[in-house]
Amino acid sequence: MNAWLSQHGKAFSWALLRLTATPANTLLSLIAIGIALALPAGGQMLLGNALQFARNSSNVSATPQISLFLSLDADRKAVNDIATRLRNHAGVKQARFISRDETFKRMQSGENLAEVLAALPRNPFPDAYVVTPRNDGPAAMEQLRNEFRGWPKVEHVQLDSAWVRRLDAMLRLGRTGVALLTTLLGLGLVAITFTTIRLQILTQRAEIEVSRLLGATDGFIRRPFYYFGAMQGLAGGVVAWLIVLAISGLLGEPVAELAKLYNASVVLSPLTVEESAVLLALASGLGWLGAALSLRQHLRHAN
Amino acid sequence: MIRFEHVSRRYPPDINALNDVSFSVAPSKLVLIGGHSGAGKTTLLKLIAAMERPSSGAVLVNGQNVGALKPAALPYLRRNLGMVFQDQKLLFDRNAFENVMLPLSIAGFPPKEASRRVRAALDKVGLLAREKALPIALSGGEQQRLAIARAVVNRPGILLADEPTAHLDPDTALDVASILLDFHQVGVTLLIATYDDTLFSAHASQRFTLNHGRLQP
Repeated sequence: MNAWLSQHGKAFSWALLRLTATPANTLLSLIAIGIALALPAGGQMLLGNALQFARNSSNVSATPQISLFLSLDADRKAVNDIATRLRNHAGVKQARFISRDETFKRMQSGENLAEVLAALPRNPFPDAYVVTPRNDGPAAMEQLRNEFRGWPKVEHVQLDSAWVRRLDAMLRLGRTGVALLTTLLGLGLVAITFTTIRLQILTQRAEIEVSRLLGATDGFIRRPFYYFGAMQGLAGGVVAWLIVLAISGLLGEPVAELAKLYNASVVLSPLTVEESAVLLALASGLGWLGAALSLRQHLRHAN
Repeated sequence: MIRFEHVSRRYPPDINALNDVSFSVAPSKLVLIGGHSGAGKTTLLKLIAAMERPSSGAVLVNGQNVGALKPAALPYLRRNLGMVFQDQKLLFDRNAFENVMLPLSIAGFPPKEASRRVRAALDKVGLLAREKALPIALSGGEQQRLAIARAVVNRPGILLADEPTAHLDPDTALDVASILLDFHQVGVTLLIATYDDTLFSAHASQRFTLNHGRLQP
């Protein structure tokens, strides 16, 4: 066990020594790997923020909802009557009442409409219910909308599933894009490691040959290169993580200002702990894979 | 025990490096393998270390048919053999200590025990004071002694030496020969392939001469 640990320790030290022996070359490789990984990682960060924005936004919801706007002359009894209908409806999961006064106050607090509303003689907004259906399939939503339309004092029924479908489609497109980028640029990382290890094998050819003659196993010869590939990938992953962190820091303020113009509040978050862990593990794993492929190709010739 | 049973080694298109060679060597013997350049001496040693495989016949080392060993088993065979190569095969980016340490690192010796053995081997060949020197800074004789130290540091039962005194001046050659004979004195089976056997002939238990790949009677 001690011998096994000692050999792994030596292989690790060798790999670390090789990485630091040519700092300029290593730095360039790490920058190349870092940029390659930062693109999909940055894409993932933006996707995560977009999804979070959609979930948190007061204007939109990631869950399909139906808004019922009552007529302006709907009295307290009519409002209560609709509340009872909604409460007893099997297709309604949840219904939230938004009074016309509440809407008026919220609109007044916004920069754009405050002056206009102040000039109006009375509150122009109706009472409303925001309904979350049990079944958010398009057909079920459409059926509910038609049913709600027939209720007394219901002036207008708005279905927001189209927006949600568009958001979903955009997120799906984004996820596919990130997956494609990850695949392509991950292959790039494998290629970089493959070439780096090939060069390492060439420079270590004499040592490999002598080691074989002195009784080195394949594992003994390959181990330092595996460590080298994994460490280079991991270091590249750290560079990518730092790039994404820097981007989220630099873009945070402009994005918040832009969102403010649309009455929205957006705080650009960096990669989560889970996403960061996946990034580093993926980078390290791809580095290891590049090393394994290179060893398979080039040590076979050395044999 | 080393045994060759009708061993031939052919290279394409039709070169017979060894042709139907049979002999056996008992443990702790000193065997000289003579013959002109290209007679097959190096090939014979390479077959023992499984650096080559016989085209026909069997090479048995301690009862193992090394020609039939799977690649994964070769490292364990080689750890029990010491080899002094004709071109020494030293690592020129590592100092004397690190060169001798290599077989012990490969075999997974604990660092303390390995260091102790390396210093003992360097001391034995008279290079302890030069343990930090790179091979390039050593003379031809010192490089050969360093190669011997690396070959014996594992304390192998069999030591193979390919032209160990070639290209050395007479005094240095005598020095190297006496180091090898010292190892033979402590029970190591020693096979020396050499063109000039005068330095070893007085101590040899057996002597084979190869001529165009055949053992001469």
